[in-house]
Amino acid sequence: MAERAALEELVKLQGERVRGLKQQKASAELIEEEVAKLLKLKAQLGPDESKQKFVLKTPKGTRDYSPRQMAVREKVFDIIIRCFKRHGAEVIDTPVFELKETLMGKYGEDSKLIYDLKDQGGELLSLRYDLTVPFARYLAMNKLTNIKRYHIAKVYRRDNPAMTRGRYREFYQCDFDIAGNFDPMIPDAECLKIMCEILSSLQIGDFLVKVNDRRILDGMFAICGVSDSKFRTICSSVDKLDKVSWEEVKNEMVGEKGLAPEVADRIGDYVQQHGGVSLVEQLLQDPKLSQNKQALEGLGDLKLLFEYLTLFGIDDKISFDLSLARGLDYYTGVIYEAVLLQTPAQAGEEPLGVGSVAAGGRYDGLVGMFDPKGRKVPCVGLSIGVERIFSIVEQRLEALEEKIRTTETQVLVASAQKKLLEERLKLVSELWDAGIKAELLYKKNPKLLNQLQYCEEAGIPLVAIIGEQELKDGVIKLRSVTSREEVDVRREDLVEEIKRRTGQPLCIC
Amino acid sequence: MPLLGLLPRRAWASLLSQLLRPPCASCTGAVRCQSQGTRDLSPQHMVVREKILDLVISCFKRHGAKGMDTPAFELKETLTEKYGEDSGLMYDLKDQGGELLSLRYDLTVPFARYLAMNKVKKMKRYHVGKVWRRESPTIVQGRYREFCQCDFDIAGQFDPMIPDAECLKIMCEILSGLQLGDFLIKVNDRRIVDGMFAVCGVPESKFRAICSSIDKLDKMAWKDVRHEMVVKKGLAPEVADRIGDYVQCHGGVSLVEQMFQDPRLSQNKQALEGLGDLKLLFEYLTLFGIADKISFDLSLARGLDYYTGVIYEAVLLQTPTQAGEEPLNVGSVAAGGRYDGLVGMFDPKGHKVPCVGLSIGVERIFYIVEQRMKTKGEKVRTTETQVFVATPQKNFLQERLKLIAELWDSGIKAEMLYKNNPKLLTQLHYCESTGIPLVVIIGEQELKEGVIKIRSVASREEVAIKRENFVAEIQKRLSES
Repeated sequence: MAERAALEELVKLQGERVRGLKQQKASAELIEEEVAKLLKLKAQLGPDESKQKFVLKTPKGTRDYSPRQMAVREKVFDIIIRCFKRHGAEVIDTPVFELKETLMGKYGEDSKLIYDLKDQGGELLSLRYDLTVPFARYLAMNKLTNIKRYHIAKVYRRDNPAMTRGRYREFYQCDFDIAGNFDPMIPDAECLKIMCEILSSLQIGDFLVKVNDRRILDGMFAICGVSDSKFRTICSSVDKLDKVSWEEVKNEMVGEKGLAPEVADRIGDYVQQHGGVSLVEQLLQDPKLSQNKQALEGLGDLKLLFEYLTLFGIDDKISFDLSLARGLDYYTGVIYEAVLLQTPAQAGEEPLGVGSVAAGGRYDGLVGMFDPKGRKVPCVGLSIGVERIFSIVEQRLEALEEKIRTTETQVLVASAQKKLLEERLKLVSELWDAGIKAELLYKKNPKLLNQLQYCEEAGIPLVAIIGEQELKDGVIKLRSVTSREEVDVRREDLVEEIKRRTGQPLCIC
Repeated sequence: MPLLGLLPRRAWASLLSQLLRPPCASCTGAVRCQSQGTRDLSPQHMVVREKILDLVISCFKRHGAKGMDTPAFELKETLTEKYGEDSGLMYDLKDQGGELLSLRYDLTVPFARYLAMNKVKKMKRYHVGKVWRRESPTIVQGRYREFCQCDFDIAGQFDPMIPDAECLKIMCEILSGLQLGDFLIKVNDRRIVDGMFAVCGVPESKFRAICSSIDKLDKMAWKDVRHEMVVKKGLAPEVADRIGDYVQCHGGVSLVEQMFQDPRLSQNKQALEGLGDLKLLFEYLTLFGIADKISFDLSLARGLDYYTGVIYEAVLLQTPTQAGEEPLNVGSVAAGGRYDGLVGMFDPKGHKVPCVGLSIGVERIFYIVEQRMKTKGEKVRTTETQVFVATPQKNFLQERLKLIAELWDSGIKAEMLYKNNPKLLTQLHYCESTGIPLVVIIGEQELKEGVIKIRSVASREEVAIKRENFVAEIQKRLSES
């Protein structure tokens, strides 16, 4: 032990000696000699197991956002928030953790995926799992009976991360919800309009919004003969229809989940159907389904919904799809899910869904669970799955070879000769004070070439070059990085000229 | 894709059974509904917050900073031993069988980890995000356990004091832009503090402890600080007195010159380095036009362990109550400094990346702005809706839906009531209470004539526009206002 400590001390001293020599710019042979001594000492030391520095990483399932990813994220959030605001939503924020008891019992089996905070002598806390339960808590706590709000924030789930597929343990959700007792289906229709506006504006390709209703599904299962105890598990099988064939789904239901084959067949007749409002009409006439009160309610609401969606001009994007079943127990009425469509491989081939990018529905019972008197506040909302969208947008930009700038700098203040740092500092300060986005290199005497190269790499469009002659003449050389054209601009006109070229308004209000 | 929570049937049953149970104790007021020291941000709060953050971020961008983000929690080992006396205030996550994690305490240590992890040698970045500290919350002063920080940092080996000067310039731009009143930025240097302690006779082992006492001089009187150092931290009284002579000094670049001549301090190599850098800094700050906002203050000591060079702190000045009275400090709203050794602590080979940065204490600023608004009775709009779609008669839902879709599709911010047959008065009242400036009205008369009525909420003037022109007319009015 003591030996090791002594050796470590020797290594440290030798290391310092080497560094000292390098700093003093000692002769190469001398440095080499001392480095060799250092390496020999280190070799004697052997593997450094006890003081193994920790691995440099982010926690499992989490990631940093690099400047490039931030630029993409900002673009995406900008579009989403603009849409939410266009529809008159207010914005709120809630803490990252809630009292453990607030989240307990709200997520069923998934409760084991909640991150708890350590008991450090205070309250028991957990990280929020979604934005909807905090919203319900907020409504109840503030006794609000109606609000239209959006909330963009990270949520936390101790899931098995699949980061290549955009599944993380810490990820963003963009939620929009309308809470309140209103006339039927108007807010629900607006949610779908918002989903369509956002997905169109993001330009991530064609999409389809599948719509169904909890009551239709429940009614359908009932009349097909599914026992109550099997509802959930049959639901999750049916939900797979967007990825696997009916044959496989049927096999799973009958073979693995013990459903009677004839019941499965009856379900099959329904869940393979999708269409527009005509399918709604058709099912209203269906001999079996029309006997079920729940299903009729659901179908009636969907009919009304389609009317409104037509007036909103988006009915061509909506498909009433009886196989949509995910997340059923949370919702009480309409449910919807948006999927991106792959371009068909061959003409005439039907587009396949490649994964959902947004979803939501009506959930009228949740707020009542937080209210002391059980007062209900009906809610309908949507959530945009931005993590997937970030990677799609990034890929699209790369494919278009569009350079993603990570800064917004408009001008680099450069010097053509030495000893012009003071002038650069004065000029860059003038530009900042005028609201212009400007930078300078943190070098007293940078080479012009390096400064120009910096601009090219960062995508900075203009350079303001200070030179001794120009100083005497009272001008600054303004150079366009792309065209390489240079023009002398009078010092007092520089701000205006830059603003004109960058399309900025003349006053910084 | 993970979205809203999935609830199996039995959880649904358990939820329903909760309805039949007595109400949540938290909501009856017996116990809290929300974690102590945290709060929701209502739409009113968010509007103020957004405006302020917008201004801060524009300034960062104006200086060419790139945005970045890190996770809310780090490996516990990443954060351990980086915060000195404040380590006990970290939120740990429960050991649930995986990695040991803690919520980030600031944005600087994650930044250093990011640089080391990605082997980045140069970076100018900003990071706006929440951090968490288990301090005893004093909500009156705007101190919460979860709060927002706005950090700007320049990492990299550069010529001395240029990036440091830019950090101070940024602080001044932001504080001026926020129009919070007069402010002052105190500047000092860790090497000057250390040098000063050395020449006063503070034993090295007590440096950090004495530092943190000195740091309290902006809140506590000198005699109380002296008492803490002598009685609680075992400092010799004559050493404390010598310190007292220095730390009560503050001034401009002339004080720097004066300290250069100080018989004791000028013997200390560290202090001389610090003074030399401050002299250069003041030169640059003068060229930046902000030297009048900067005060070299020998009592500035800053809490965190990792500063190695210049340190600074901005305070708001209250308006003097009487002419001639000195402005009082009301608390710091921004701070920062140079920390050259932090990244090296993360790098496996100890490679250093010098850093200098600043952090804007936005929570304090939010609080000040909110208090001001309360005093002035200012109300803010919490939506940006420009047009409201209304009808005076029944059975006009369909028309309203069509109209509003046209407005949305043209990018206009519009709302309508979610009622089949709302009363006109209710609709107009909604506009007034939410601050919506324009109303478009469709009714039987308008339908017959093929027009839409556009009404200004403020002036109550109405004008009829042909249906096919109404969007263009609205856009014109909005761009004019």
